[in-house]
Amino acid sequence: MIRFILLQNRQGKTRLAKYYVPLEDSEKHKVEYEVHRLVVNRDPKFTNFVEFRTHKVIYRRYAGLFFSLCVDITDNELAYLECIHLFVEILDHFFSNVCELDLVFNFHKVLVLP
Amino acid sequence: MNPFSSGTRLRDMIRAIRACKTAAEERAVVRKECAAIRAAINENDQDYRHRNLAKLMFIHMLGYPTHFGQMECLKLIASPGFPEKRIGYLGLMLLLDERQEVLMLVTNSVKQDLNHTNQYIVGLALCALGNICSAEMARDLAPEVERLLQFRDPNIRKKAALCSIRIIKKVPDLAENFINPVAALLKEKHHGVLITGIQLCTDLCKVSPEALEYFRKKCTDGLVRTLRDLVNSPYAPEYDIAGITDPFLHIRLLKLLRVLGQGDADASDAMNDILAQVATKTESNKNAGNAILYECVETIMSIEDNGGLRVLAINILGRFLSNRDNNIRYVALNMLMRAITVDAQAVQRHRATILECVKDSDASIRKRALELVYLLVNESNVKPLTKELVDYLEVSDQDFKGDLTAKICSIIEKFSPEKIWYIDQMLKVLTEAGNFVKDEVWHALVVVISNASDLHGYTVRALFRALQTTAEQESLVRVAVWCIGEYGDLLVNNAGMLNVEDPITVTESDAVDVVESAIKRHASDLTTKSMALIALLKLSSRFPSCSGRIKDIVVQHKGSLVLELQQRSLEFNSIIEKHQNIRSALVERMPVLDEASFGGRRASSLPNTVSTSNGTAVKLPNGVAKSSAAPLVDLLDLSDDVPAPSSSGGDFLQDLLGVDLAPATQSEGTSQAPKAGTDVLLDLLSIGSNPAQDNSVSTPDILSSAQDHKPAIASLDVLAAPSLTQASSSTASNMMDLLDGFAPAPPKPANNGPAYPSIVAFESSSLRLTFNFSKQPGNPQTTTISGTFTNLSSNVFTDFVFQAAVPKFLQLHLDPASGNSLPASGNGTITQSLKVTNSQHGKKPLVMRLRIAYKVDGKDVLEEGQINNFPRDL
Repeated sequence: MIRFILLQNRQGKTRLAKYYVPLEDSEKHKVEYEVHRLVVNRDPKFTNFVEFRTHKVIYRRYAGLFFSLCVDITDNELAYLECIHLFVEILDHFFSNVCELDLVFNFHKVLVLP
Repeated sequence: MNPFSSGTRLRDMIRAIRACKTAAEERAVVRKECAAIRAAINENDQDYRHRNLAKLMFIHMLGYPTHFGQMECLKLIASPGFPEKRIGYLGLMLLLDERQEVLMLVTNSVKQDLNHTNQYIVGLALCALGNICSAEMARDLAPEVERLLQFRDPNIRKKAALCSIRIIKKVPDLAENFINPVAALLKEKHHGVLITGIQLCTDLCKVSPEALEYFRKKCTDGLVRTLRDLVNSPYAPEYDIAGITDPFLHIRLLKLLRVLGQGDADASDAMNDILAQVATKTESNKNAGNAILYECVETIMSIEDNGGLRVLAINILGRFLSNRDNNIRYVALNMLMRAITVDAQAVQRHRATILECVKDSDASIRKRALELVYLLVNESNVKPLTKELVDYLEVSDQDFKGDLTAKICSIIEKFSPEKIWYIDQMLKVLTEAGNFVKDEVWHALVVVISNASDLHGYTVRALFRALQTTAEQESLVRVAVWCIGEYGDLLVNNAGMLNVEDPITVTESDAVDVVESAIKRHASDLTTKSMALIALLKLSSRFPSCSGRIKDIVVQHKGSLVLELQQRSLEFNSIIEKHQNIRSALVERMPVLDEASFGGRRASSLPNTVSTSNGTAVKLPNGVAKSSAAPLVDLLDLSDDVPAPSSSGGDFLQDLLGVDLAPATQSEGTSQAPKAGTDVLLDLLSIGSNPAQDNSVSTPDILSSAQDHKPAIASLDVLAAPSLTQASSSTASNMMDLLDGFAPAPPKPANNGPAYPSIVAFESSSLRLTFNFSKQPGNPQTTTISGTFTNLSSNVFTDFVFQAAVPKFLQLHLDPASGNSLPASGNGTITQSLKVTNSQHGKKPLVMRLRIAYKVDGKDVLEEGQINNFPRDL
């Protein structure tokens, strides 16, 4: 089960956050910060799956943006990697050659997608 | 137009915020915008409402509080236009979550929208509901959603299915209503609906066992057919990813099949073919293919046993392992760990690859591989595996070393085929990573060494050699120092040489040198120094020629600032000088530590017998595979359910090695008030007399189970006698341990401290309760009470339950009773043991209230009472 989807840039700014579990605002900020730290420091040679509290984070870096998905421990990671890729492709088609600014200015359109 | 309304468009605002250079600037801009929005809300400005909300959402994403916008969302949802509704729902999903009460107000609007003619609006409502609905909303709106599951438009059906998933998760009771519609969904052609239907089905099965049964019977075949069509389908551009048609559908189907097949043989049979087909035909050069294979393997592992399929699965995993991509390897290692419970043989074949993974650069892969290796070890492959691991230990990173060491040590302990190999390996580990080795481990090593009497010479020589080369590892130094102290003569005499050894000549002074350097080293900590001191004492007796030199070394610590060292130094000094006649007897070779009781203690399995004679039951299991002993179980973990004295291997070992410097937290022992200990000591050293018989001292036998564990400072200094402090007098009893062969004290039966009279706690016309007390002497605050219930009437009592309550300053722990049926007229008794800890010991006596409930002839009887007659000093 997906718990949340985060799109963050390298500086830690969240470009998109969609939560599927209820969390307080302060918790959300904490989570975003922690995930960012976790993901930014990883070597590209390492696996795309990290353990995070009691769940897993599956992430991939596309240009300057990190797409992170937080899922349960028992889920199939490879399938979620495909999900992330699919999402990116959809964004690409939707905005024709999407870049980060597109996401920033059209966040209300992006939010509907996931 | 209102002058306060924000004329900026969304885009402009975003641009303005992004143009801010500092956080303060940004906050200013945001504040201005928020003010404008708030004003607009108050005015109920219709035109720009949706723009304002969009701005609000952006501000929310940046992290500023935006609660004032929530009512706006609701108004927007209620308005008739589609754009407004869209933004409204979006705002709803973003700014609120399911725990807010405001959500209830939305329910009605959502309901209306669900029945709207415009299907996009229906879609919007479903979406929002699926994201954020709470349990009450779910209950209210479930019938609507159910109806929509059969809507004509596939998109709506899809959204309705997703929504249902959430509803079921929130309110599992509603699951039954969804079973039938879902069965229809499973026959869809449209992939989108099919996927959601399958997901819904999976969740239904998880939530409700009836659903599971239903689907198992009716739908398994259909699903298998669908999967087969999918696998065999030709190229479909709509769903293609990397050459495979809709891998997501594949994966979901496999997952559902897994849920259906788990635990059910028929369903599993139906799936076998298709699983085999998927496993063999899927290409694995792309991630999508690998994802499918992974899911397939998981499914094969979970459904009922089928040898052929399992082998296939493990082969796939083996292929994964040699893949260059880290992700795949990680995933494979994970799965293998689960596979090993099922089929260990097959996994063994991939041992070499797994070993390679232990050395990988990625930390998470290393960890997984190590755990897997640990699970793979058995008697036949332990030697080569350990060799590999130990070699790797030398080159591994610091942070990984700790884990690695722990694992290696436990492997060695569990599977060592013979003692000499065990000692060798442990020496290697200690040399490399002694600092990471935990205390229990080198304690265990010492026990094993002492047990292997034929290997003493070999061991001590090997340790000596090791110490020459590396002296930085604390544990190594400690073990070496202990051994040299014990077996120094073997070292010098080259006794007991084994064929594989090279002869070395070590003179007595060399041996003393080594120990001296251990003391003098800056980095040695307290434990090491103390052990070195006692080793020197032993050497002074074994090597009389070096006695003088040893005395000088010992004397140097007379002025040490650490009490421990000072005390030892003084005491040993006086022994060396004045008590040569008893010295040799004092430091005689230690008797063999009983490995069995030691091992049994570590496994916390049974309270060991009170062995009272000296040097008893020394089994020398050679080549022991202590598979029962849980390795690295904390030796000081005294199990709760053994109130009676039981062997405390770890503790007495610590005493023996004279290293337990912490104040004893637990003492299961029997020895007494320190004063009594002093008397004993005094008597003891007036040689030949028996120690005082007044229950004061525990058996001097090392192997006896009742031991005291006061700070173990072997105190031999009698001349400082009268002022022996608490600490040292308790050590007197400890010293009794060392004086094994010497003290004529007869072995004492395990003694429970000062005897307290037993009391009749409660007596009524039909029931009597008697309490017997015992205390652990080191722990005066805790009393163990053994209660005996006797039935004084002529009816049998059944369902006997005893409850007790104590005031706040007491802590009560009740063990289960021996039974709950009390025969009549005192023909049998029920016993129950309690432990009471009195935090106000000495100031307030114990009190307790009782409640006893039982049945007589089916009738309930309740008796209550209070006990006030506890002995005063409990």
